[in-house]
Amino acid sequence: MTDQKPLVYPTIPNSIPSVKAEMLRQIGAGSTDELYADIPDELRLKRLLDLPAPILSEYGLRRHVREILAKNLSCEDALSFLGAGCSQHYVPAVCDEINGRSEFLTAYAGEPYDDHGRFQALFEYASMMGELLEMDVVNVPTYDGFQAIGTSLRMACRMTGRSQVVVPGTIAKDLLSKLQDYLRPDIEIRVIAYDPTSGSLDIRELETTCSRTTAAVFLENPSYLGFLEGQAPEIAALAHEHGAECVVAVDPISLGVLAPPVTYGADIACGDLQPLGMHMQFGGGHAGFIATRDEGRYVNEFPSRLFGVAPTCVPGEFGFGDVAYERTSFAIREQGKEWVGTAAALWGITAGVYMALLGPQGFTEIGECILQRSHYAAQQINAIPGVKAPLLNSPFFKEFVVSFDETGRTVAEIHRRLLEKRIFGGKDLSREFPKLGQSALYCVTEVHTQTDIDRLVDALKEAVR
Amino acid sequence: MSSEIRRHRMGEAGPLPRRFHQARWDESVIFDLSTPGARGLLVPEVEREVADAAGNVLETIPEPLRRASPPALPELSQVHVLRHYLRVSQETLGADLNIDVGQGTCTMKHNPKINEQLARLPEISELHPLQDEDTVQGMLEIFYRFEQILKEISGLDRFTFQPGAGSQAIYTNAAIIRAYHAANGQAGHRDEIITTIFSHPSDAACPKVAGFKVITLYPDEDGYPDLEALKTAVSDRTAGLMITNPEDTGIFNPKIAEFVRIVHEAGGLCAYDQANANGILGITRAGDAGFDLCQFNLHKTFATPHGCGGPAAGATGVTAELARFLPVPVVEFEGERYRLDYDRPESIGKIRQFYGVAPAVLKAYAWVMSLGAEGLRQVAEVAVLNNNYLMHKVLQIRGVSAPYTQGKRRIEQVRYSWEELHEETGVTSDDIGLRAADFGVHYWMSHHPYIVPEPMTLEPTESYSKADLDEYAAILSLVAEEARADPERVKTAPHNSTVHRVTDTRAFEDPASWAITWRAYLRKHGGEG
Repeated sequence: MTDQKPLVYPTIPNSIPSVKAEMLRQIGAGSTDELYADIPDELRLKRLLDLPAPILSEYGLRRHVREILAKNLSCEDALSFLGAGCSQHYVPAVCDEINGRSEFLTAYAGEPYDDHGRFQALFEYASMMGELLEMDVVNVPTYDGFQAIGTSLRMACRMTGRSQVVVPGTIAKDLLSKLQDYLRPDIEIRVIAYDPTSGSLDIRELETTCSRTTAAVFLENPSYLGFLEGQAPEIAALAHEHGAECVVAVDPISLGVLAPPVTYGADIACGDLQPLGMHMQFGGGHAGFIATRDEGRYVNEFPSRLFGVAPTCVPGEFGFGDVAYERTSFAIREQGKEWVGTAAALWGITAGVYMALLGPQGFTEIGECILQRSHYAAQQINAIPGVKAPLLNSPFFKEFVVSFDETGRTVAEIHRRLLEKRIFGGKDLSREFPKLGQSALYCVTEVHTQTDIDRLVDALKEAVR
Repeated sequence: MSSEIRRHRMGEAGPLPRRFHQARWDESVIFDLSTPGARGLLVPEVEREVADAAGNVLETIPEPLRRASPPALPELSQVHVLRHYLRVSQETLGADLNIDVGQGTCTMKHNPKINEQLARLPEISELHPLQDEDTVQGMLEIFYRFEQILKEISGLDRFTFQPGAGSQAIYTNAAIIRAYHAANGQAGHRDEIITTIFSHPSDAACPKVAGFKVITLYPDEDGYPDLEALKTAVSDRTAGLMITNPEDTGIFNPKIAEFVRIVHEAGGLCAYDQANANGILGITRAGDAGFDLCQFNLHKTFATPHGCGGPAAGATGVTAELARFLPVPVVEFEGERYRLDYDRPESIGKIRQFYGVAPAVLKAYAWVMSLGAEGLRQVAEVAVLNNNYLMHKVLQIRGVSAPYTQGKRRIEQVRYSWEELHEETGVTSDDIGLRAADFGVHYWMSHHPYIVPEPMTLEPTESYSKADLDEYAAILSLVAEEARADPERVKTAPHNSTVHRVTDTRAFEDPASWAITWRAYLRKHGGEG
């Protein structure tokens, strides 16, 4: 081993010993060690890191990682009805083609001139979201839907100078956990009860809860539990009566058939982009959007970057820049609105590709398709003795609650039996929403054929027996 | 023939400047490419039986919740969507395409394509986060293995990968610091976070969101964070220190252990923002300097691509004592099986949906596995060598300086100043950057505020060759000479980029003029044609 040649790493061009030596000579250093003179000796690690032995060849690395990944069973090789914040939709080939392009994949923080295309793609993303939502201001995406909701509520608090937000009791417990962390310590969260039959928010309790300290009333359409909140216009009106903002989270893939929240009174619309062209990626495909009307009092409360279009000095040519940059933490550190940083821009570009591919007709059709398939699935499941679907009697879009209470079996038992047949049942709600008993949240989208749904129903029939 | 070609490409001192021109497709905004009726994608057909059984589903939607008219999206054939996005992608200078040493603090390095290919396999891309743990053992194993790696690299004891990037990780650290003091009965009392002006803006902005007051230390004459100022700043109100090291100047604070000690003695915790870790991998560790928390930006140091600004991952590490506060769930290994542990009553809760950007964790894991301990040391040493070599070349250019610690080495980046050139020619650092774009490279100045006048921040990482660094320095030299000979040429740049300067900044500041979406543009400016 002693006469082995020093390794030259393919990813480190200057690991060639002669090149290193020449560079050291030019800068007048005897060794790379000298370059670390500022690091005190007692802080220097005097050994190599204790890491697994490297797999130097690309082939070997590929084998190694694939062997680990082979222990997974993906939704491509199983039949999944999981949703609850991440859902399986078809990802058009062009989406992957574009987000895999070196130019977009490896760009970062260039100027509007050298990265003109990045600005244009994100401006177009915002513009197409603006059409879906019928709002004029849309941010460069934040981390995920949770963050978008947290920030929307903080924006409402800053705008109103108030410190209480009101949320329905049907939001995901994980979202409530996120909000409890993110709005702490200055904002109070009031959770409003829901009608266990319909899922709808208790509007009387909302009425008595709202006051002059209420900054925002939050609702989801569709809700986490899948149902549509039909009282949305009344809820928005109630918020406005108390001088509060109405913040609505929406599933963007529903917007070909569902009304944009602004039409029933939302002031801030937000949510997660994952359904629009992102693979699920074990939760890695999320990105958050926030949209408002085009008024300074909204725009100036965004933490995110907002890209604006403008003519350049050449007639007919357009360029881009940051709108109202001085509000950001990039400009004024802790005096800025929350913070801005790397988040999920590539998913914004991808969602733009998705919206351009679908167009108006595609959005209408995919919305109808999801409605039809999910309703068919609920009907078929409901026909199984002892099983009730949907448990909540409100209209729903792509997810619905299935109750197994009358089967005498737990969701865990039933889903274990489904798993033996390579079927992933919906999210078990029995711990998250004990009031709903032994129930689960099933998600049905355009990817679920009649055969898939029938297979599920057959498997459920056996599992509940 | 070849000598004829070479004669026009090679000078005495090396290659002549690149006759670059960026792609300029003059591509319209996508709405102007619309043809009514065109389709880019067809949706799966619904079976007759399904449709019949479902009935008129649209009528199940309460009227006010039903969309009245289709969204006014553009209508394009698939070929036109593809062509449009390929054109705008070409008008973007990805790191793969250029000598990307100009985006200082961003750690632009080679993102191996094999890692990208692996992360796009269905065995990860088609995993739902709520699948039964038995069906995601491979994914949990990647999380677990990579956690063990980061524990060794940092000297800390537990990690979470939930934060979606560096800033969200900094926020997570602030939330953990808050939870720690609350658990000690000091909620609301310990309400001050100390940071430095050469730490990332998020080291100040994130703790502010978590409810802290922020105290910012400025550098001493040599550019080191001011130790005396720290001694004055600490008190029984001190919750913690959130700090970068080396700072964005590339200067390593040699008294860092003393900083940590002083804050600890005052009862605070210390969080190490390791966004600038590339030059110190395997050289010095957060835990050994006494830090309680840290974060690594996997899209920087660990070679996962930047994606125009995410998706990314902020790996957040803590000491054993603070592990109880980490976001839920954490991955546990029980000899044979991996599982997600939610039963952590003191956890700060959720920071993000599910568990983080899994593909970024996979790519970072693959990157470390391709290098090992010796490879990581090469990464650090070559990154630092490249930086000091580039500094040596850049400082030969008249008009530029590297403020602070004159004559000393830097770690992985340098914040330079063009003040001298500016005073001589009126050309600003901003102008120089825009002119550099004409030669196919990025250029970045500094975070705000500009403590260093006319700043420029370069970070060459380990991914660039000596010839690459020579080319970048030659571009700067050429632009500096041009600033003296023909300043207008520099002040009106870019000339060879996709577009020219936007000169009317009302478009970005004036609510009546700005247009953040195309619909807003048409509403405000439609009348002008």
